[in-house]
Amino acid sequence: MPPTDTTPEAPTPDNAGAGGGSTPGDAPTTDESAPAAKGVSTHKDAAGEGEAAAALPHGAAPGIRFEKVVKRFGDNVVLRELDFTVEPGERVTLIGPSGSGKTTILRLLMTLETLNEGVIWIGDQTLWHMDRDGKRVPANQKHLHEMRKQVGMVFQQFNLFPNMNVLRNLTEGPVRVLGVSKDEAVERARSLLDLVGLADKINAHPTQLSGGQQQRVAIARALAMQPKVLLLDEVTSALDPELVVGVQDLLRDIARQSDLTLLCVTHEMAFAKDISDRVLMFDQGQIVEEGPPDQIFGEPSEQRTRDFLQAVLAS
Amino acid sequence: MTWNWEYTGEILPDLLSGLRYTVIATLVGYVIALILGLVWTLLRRTPYPAVNHAVRWVTEFIRSTPLIPQLYFVFFVLPSLGITLSPLTAGIITLGVHYSTYTAEVYRAGIADVPKGQWEACTALNLPKSRVWLDVILPQAVRRVIPTLGNYLIAMFKDSPMLFAINVAELLYAANRAGSVNGQFLEPMTMVGLLFVVVSVISSILVRRLERRYATH
Repeated sequence: MPPTDTTPEAPTPDNAGAGGGSTPGDAPTTDESAPAAKGVSTHKDAAGEGEAAAALPHGAAPGIRFEKVVKRFGDNVVLRELDFTVEPGERVTLIGPSGSGKTTILRLLMTLETLNEGVIWIGDQTLWHMDRDGKRVPANQKHLHEMRKQVGMVFQQFNLFPNMNVLRNLTEGPVRVLGVSKDEAVERARSLLDLVGLADKINAHPTQLSGGQQQRVAIARALAMQPKVLLLDEVTSALDPELVVGVQDLLRDIARQSDLTLLCVTHEMAFAKDISDRVLMFDQGQIVEEGPPDQIFGEPSEQRTRDFLQAVLAS
Repeated sequence: MTWNWEYTGEILPDLLSGLRYTVIATLVGYVIALILGLVWTLLRRTPYPAVNHAVRWVTEFIRSTPLIPQLYFVFFVLPSLGITLSPLTAGIITLGVHYSTYTAEVYRAGIADVPKGQWEACTALNLPKSRVWLDVILPQAVRRVIPTLGNYLIAMFKDSPMLFAINVAELLYAANRAGSVNGQFLEPMTMVGLLFVVVSVISSILVRRLERRYATH
């Protein structure tokens, strides 16, 4: 795991104070009071949006900003001084040919890859850097751990824990990381399974589920952590064609009924059109074109985008 | 040379008491090998290069040297350093440590076999290190290597007669003594073979059951 090796030093009380204190307004509300606040917002939102939505994370989602972000794999430069911003609560889809760096963006945000250069902001905090004595230094494990609490990810290959049943997959994180009580975690898991339509599979093992069902559980697992930012990495690419629509419908509902900031990498253009406020077209680690889905899919201005869309539609 | 049933019956109690020691040495040694092997594996994954290298060379050395010289070293050399062990204790420890270097490799392979996506899911869920290992990685890794670990139990059992070299009163020792006293080796040595086969077959059945139970998921 790359982050382990890059830890500059062990966290000290000093750092902890600096990390938390740098954002007096935002940090406490996003982190600690999230589970408690959820109970309150449940009633408010449930009235308007039905019961299923109650399980979804609500509350102020942070925006995201990349500043001159560089990511290299050996000699291969995947992201070249990339700049872009995602507004709080905005739903953005990243499209582009494979190798264009879309997935790397999500993986950097989830700290699955280490950052080479530049700065990534989540809300008013830097993901890969922290503040010490007024200087910006590489983040330690503690800082990364705190920052990750805001971010959730759904993977192409689901990555459910095969040694745990569905319920345990959904409660492991809340209990071990968020410190939620077992009962509350089970309660939340139930309502999330309701939301994804798999209430009857609560005791099943992942291997007993279809791909589509596994991906629904994986979505529920990510939501159980009450993230403010949700990353979707080609979530339907590994599914049989007839299962794709169900998962997409679910995600569309989730996107509409929650306040999540959403970053989505997909090759399903209809889905991208459906789910996003804005589409970013990537090529060779840079944004070629961006705009609302209607514009990008309807009348793209760049030749590169037209070529790409044509190739995708032809396949 | 004819088989003497009466004689066989006479020496059987001695052989069975020897077998008891064989089984004890194997089982206790196996527990040591299972635990210590895991310790080696985890130490090799620490972020400290000095620890990684030290562990690597020590385990490599132990694995590449035969068991009998190791037994002699522990039993005959350590007392001069002020560490005196009974034959059985010395035998169990040596057997356990020797095989721990094999189980360490087994665990290592098992851990390497856990898909990368599992680690990534752990990061995405923000699980702390201890939970990553205890709840996600080790349960999957160990399940994958149960058959191999089971084979090492049987291999250790078959290597246990080497403890004879430092006078542990195990099965071969008992058989050798019975043979020497009576000048008749056919029955005791044949019985050694038979008893080993019986225990081995029983253990491999147990191992296979364990495998079926855990390896299916």
